[in-house]
Amino acid sequence: MADTASQSPGRLPSGPPRAPFLTRGRIRSLAVQILFIAALVWVVHFLFSNTMSNLSRQGIASGFGFLGNRAGFDVSLHYIPFSSSSTYLQGFWVAVINTLVLSALGIVLATFLGFGLGLARVSRNWLIARLATVYIEIFRNIPLLLQLFFWYFAILRPLPNPRDSVDFGGIAFLNNRGLVVPEPILGASGNAVLMALVIGVMLGIVQTRRMRKLRDATGDAGPVWPWWLGGLIALPLLAWAVSGARFELIIPELRGFNFQGGMVILPEMLAALLGLSFYISAAVGEIVRAGIQGVPKGQYEAAVAMGHSRWEMMRLIVLPQAMRIIIPPLATQYLSLAKNTSLAAAIAFPEIISIVAGTTLTQTGQAVETILLAMGFYITVSLFIAAVMNFFNYRVLRNDR
Amino acid sequence: MTDRMLSATADHPDANAVIRERAGILPPAPAQGRLPPRTHSGPVDWIHRNLFPDWRQGLLTIVVLYLLYLSMPGLYNWAIGNATWVGDRADCVANGGACWAFVNARWGQFMYGFYPVAERWRVDLTFALLIVSVAPMLFPAIPGKRWFLAFSLLVYPVIAFFLLYGGVLGLPVVETARWGGFMLTLVVAISGMVGSLPLGILLALGRRSKMTVIRLFCTTFIELFRAVPLITVLFMASVMLPLFMPQGFTLDKLLRALIGVALFNGALMAEVIRGGLQAIPRGQYEAATAAGMGYWRMMIFVILPQALRIVIPGIVNTYVAIIKDTTLVLIIGLFDLLGIVQAGIADSNWLSASVTKTGYVFAGMGFWVLCFGLSRYSMYLERRLNTGHNT
Repeated sequence: MADTASQSPGRLPSGPPRAPFLTRGRIRSLAVQILFIAALVWVVHFLFSNTMSNLSRQGIASGFGFLGNRAGFDVSLHYIPFSSSSTYLQGFWVAVINTLVLSALGIVLATFLGFGLGLARVSRNWLIARLATVYIEIFRNIPLLLQLFFWYFAILRPLPNPRDSVDFGGIAFLNNRGLVVPEPILGASGNAVLMALVIGVMLGIVQTRRMRKLRDATGDAGPVWPWWLGGLIALPLLAWAVSGARFELIIPELRGFNFQGGMVILPEMLAALLGLSFYISAAVGEIVRAGIQGVPKGQYEAAVAMGHSRWEMMRLIVLPQAMRIIIPPLATQYLSLAKNTSLAAAIAFPEIISIVAGTTLTQTGQAVETILLAMGFYITVSLFIAAVMNFFNYRVLRNDR
Repeated sequence: MTDRMLSATADHPDANAVIRERAGILPPAPAQGRLPPRTHSGPVDWIHRNLFPDWRQGLLTIVVLYLLYLSMPGLYNWAIGNATWVGDRADCVANGGACWAFVNARWGQFMYGFYPVAERWRVDLTFALLIVSVAPMLFPAIPGKRWFLAFSLLVYPVIAFFLLYGGVLGLPVVETARWGGFMLTLVVAISGMVGSLPLGILLALGRRSKMTVIRLFCTTFIELFRAVPLITVLFMASVMLPLFMPQGFTLDKLLRALIGVALFNGALMAEVIRGGLQAIPRGQYEAATAAGMGYWRMMIFVILPQALRIVIPGIVNTYVAIIKDTTLVLIIGLFDLLGIVQAGIADSNWLSASVTKTGYVFAGMGFWVLCFGLSRYSMYLERRLNTGHNT
């Protein structure tokens, strides 16, 4: 603080003399920093040497070499090939993909639910607004771990076995082994449809940008929705028809004690998704409400004066402005959801904690390495989400003219 | 005010009503031709305005009412109608509703864990003392908060520790492995609250320090702990911390968990407090320096009292998060309220679907009351502080 006095005018010949480089404050600050570094080095060295001697006494080799060893455990959910003869490293990648899939699905669900809740909170329908409030206050004030346990142990596990499944119109079945849903088979058409979808989305984005530019320049531009309709529906349909028009829906069928055909969503996945999305959506709902209420009242009045309907007012005037308020805290919630997927380890969902800091740690005893691996993964994800949201935030804020 | 302006400028009264109705600013004016405007009061008008403003909203109301009609009786029957209040597993299975008898039978364990029955008065006394020392701080009208704060931050933890653990004044020692239930939840939560605040203050000051080394260290510490989930920190505390210690030196399992919780929440708290520090005008720093104060005197007597007051709602919100996070200690093998309920429903004497549901609902209500109460309190503070600043 004392060194702020060193800003001397300099131009005046008879000004005060320049303070010497080493003032008392500077020397003290330097000494404190050197002491701090010394203490830090000593602590780190102390901990490190303790760890090394403890590990050598337990006969555990440090380092990441163990990742190449045969894992010898099975995983209930894997999107890449994995068996008990795979390595720990492959197990790590299975866990990474499972965690990312759970986060992505959770974010999508929580966003839809949360925006619905936020809009319901500001509804002029008293009943809807009250119900949304009750939902939000219930789900955000109960610990997530408890909610996960509730969905998993109290709701999904006690479900009947496949023979007495809860039947959803003969198409989907819910039982103690999960939710069995029909599986669409597109055969060779599948790739073509996927390609067409990608091209369609790109077309939509390009057109949206062009139209926005046109509107900014001339104040008038054609609608964008036909392009999206074409890109998302017509183009894939066309690709499907051209590539052979094969379509089959495999409806699960009860044979013996279990279902054959169809896709199974594991109870662990269902419980984790329900818990995460309900819990986070309550927070998102409050953020959306605050964002909508943060838009000045004059904007509503102006929208009505311009002759917009309520829906147009929300979509064209209120929400775009509310987004600026919503996005920063929303990013925090997405980050929180990604980190909270770690709690799904407690209901046996095979994610990073349960595979790396759980099974791998107990089998190999490599405590330091496995926990560093898990932490490294979360730090990477956090940085990535923060970067994406910063970029998005920049894009939205930039429209602030 | 705005409405007056609208009616003054709009030349047609009905157009005005349409505008107001569309904007949802005011209730729709009924189309009554040239009759004098009706006053908007009374239950019929209220229902019209809030439940059936137009046909779409009306339809929605009817659908929602029907869904409530379908679900509410079932909920009532489960929780109260078919519930079992006294009895055993067989009664619960027969009645089909909630099994409150289970909660009744396990009440002592849910509250105190495995704490010896004869010593439970110590737990009661500890928390009675807590209420006495903290309650006066919650109400703005009561003077002398500084002393209550100093007592509950400095003296109370020491008293609480010796009361709960024992070993002095002839109190028998109760090992922390026997602590559990709601008591352990409160111990973890309160230690987290008490520990995270000073740590958060130090980290926040460090992050704004002019000393590069200190600033870098604090920033890295905060960002690293904010980027990882609490569960990895707890794992680190329970698995890695013993490795860090010299041979023969063991840390209590509960203490390790408390260290993990305090470090993690200290990093979160630092960011909340940093917000407050940034909100203090530069003039305050300059005035303090001009008055000849050194760094610590300036911070303790001028800056922090103002900065902390601004972020009280943020601190309380972090406290709510701490209470919810205490449940994670069950993953490293401690029996907090959720952990002990989880263990109770696995008991083969009670094992059944209705007991499982009841156990979680009971634990959920316990946490809900704490968290909802605290978050309402934070809202109340926010409103109070806001009016304070505006006037």
